[in-house]
Amino acid sequence: MKKLEEKIFRFLMIGSTVLIFSVLIFILYVILKKGLPSLSWDIISKIPSGGFYLGKEGGILNAIIGSLYLIFFSVIISLMISVPVVMYLNFTLRRKSKLASFARLTFDVLFGIPSIVYGAFGFTVMIYFGLQASLLGGIIAISLLIIPVMIRSIDEVAILIPNELVEATKSLGATNYETIKVITRQLLPGISTAVLLSVGRGIGDAATVLFTAGYTDSIPTSLLQPTASLPLAIFFQLSSPVEEVQNRAYAAALVLTIIILILSFAARFFSRRLSKNKI
Amino acid sequence: MLRGRLLKDKIARHYMLTATVVSIFVLFLIGGGLFYKSLPILQEKSLWTLLTTSNWRPFKGDFGFASYILSTLSVTGIAILIALPLSLLTSIYIIEYASPTILRYFSAVVDLLSGIPPVIYGVWGTLTIVPFISENLAPHFVEFSTGYSVLAGGIVLAIMIIPLIISILIEVFSAVPKEMREASMSLGATKWQTVKKVVIRKSFPGIVAATVLAISRAFGETIAVLMVCGNFTDLPKSIFDACYPLPALIANNYGEMMSVPKYESALMFAAFLLFFIIVIFNIISRLVLIQIDKRYQL
Repeated sequence: MKKLEEKIFRFLMIGSTVLIFSVLIFILYVILKKGLPSLSWDIISKIPSGGFYLGKEGGILNAIIGSLYLIFFSVIISLMISVPVVMYLNFTLRRKSKLASFARLTFDVLFGIPSIVYGAFGFTVMIYFGLQASLLGGIIAISLLIIPVMIRSIDEVAILIPNELVEATKSLGATNYETIKVITRQLLPGISTAVLLSVGRGIGDAATVLFTAGYTDSIPTSLLQPTASLPLAIFFQLSSPVEEVQNRAYAAALVLTIIILILSFAARFFSRRLSKNKI
Repeated sequence: MLRGRLLKDKIARHYMLTATVVSIFVLFLIGGGLFYKSLPILQEKSLWTLLTTSNWRPFKGDFGFASYILSTLSVTGIAILIALPLSLLTSIYIIEYASPTILRYFSAVVDLLSGIPPVIYGVWGTLTIVPFISENLAPHFVEFSTGYSVLAGGIVLAIMIIPLIISILIEVFSAVPKEMREASMSLGATKWQTVKKVVIRKSFPGIVAATVLAISRAFGETIAVLMVCGNFTDLPKSIFDACYPLPALIANNYGEMMSVPKYESALMFAAFLLFFIIVIFNIISRLVLIQIDKRYQL
């Protein structure tokens, strides 16, 4: 009886592990199979021209560039906030301080807030300041979304920095700020992993940019113009009844998936490098 | 020289403190802002009416969220029913039975699954799950289904929350001290008995916390669910019917609500509702997980 139960559950466990693994493969396979035939140089190098949404000439360059703009500025803003926050929590406050634990809980909660709420909130803030849907609005919303991702991911690595390193720099007479400069160098691989993770999260999210960044066929030339983005390009083109347009949505989905895969592998590469250099 | 260094230190300290306080404050700002925006609708209608009636006619001033709430609950329910057993079995296998190599490879799988953007899951769902339901599954149970349904939403959502549950469960299971397992095995228990009576029992609070976190993630998922669940405002009668969850409601209508009074407020109330439930769920489960961390670590 004992043996049988053991056997059944072992079978179920291996089964579900294999199932989850195959779902991943299946998703990648379907995206590849649907996207590849429609993927062409035109699609990734041209912006939509007249009649694009009826299946005529053009590509999704506007969305690709738009997404890159959005994520680039959001990452810069998020870095300027997350790195100081992590430094403050770990190396200025005492490690067990109440404020630090409260802050960590808050960032955990912020991490769990869905992107649609960030999008809706970002949109209200924009209305409050009289902004239209624009690159700037999208950047604000995506920054809100990825700051908690970044803080949590850098914090995970910062916690591992041995106290002795901090004490050694301080005993040489370094100020807190100088100590942090030393530690930042130690944290660089962790920060790069965090950046890659947040780029992945930010570039693929549609709900945040839906109201805040708008959509347009041209490449924005100022922060106040609306901008297209890859996830919305997929979303909008998929709902079109024209088959060519739908196919372009699949091509866009493939482009986005490839970007995500590259980011994911790069993040693993960096975190492995990190564990090699750990003191 | 020293003065310059101290000044730099002071500026850095103030900047770091400001950044920390401001980013903590964001949570309260979002909550406060959404609540403030939903006040007009709350003043006009009681909370009870908003939550329990299902009349949705914005142009006549009827805002009943019941069918949206029910849609969200049923999609989430299906997702959890599928995802929880699969994640439990898989993480037990990974932690208790499999070799470290498999653990390493599988963590890559989990990372990839959690990295795939919602919109890609949506595309995949419309290409595979939706036609499968409408052609192969639904005809056995109901006369007609487009495939864009509660079930499709639930399945796609399940795959999206599996990586979240597994990554938490793996941590929770690894936190159970090795000595406990060894004690159980030395008393003659089989591996599975040890898992069932020691590991799962010991990590029960962690399993609950992971589930609650997964529920809150499922509540808020927007684009993927929106793409496969049909977006039809009516109470779904079976899992093969279309449904219309709260986040999809916000996403579909937010741009156009300006012309109708109270519409914006109603949608903001929906966002506030999501925010409120998700924050509470997150706080509870995070506190449980922190406790687990404290108990087993030095």
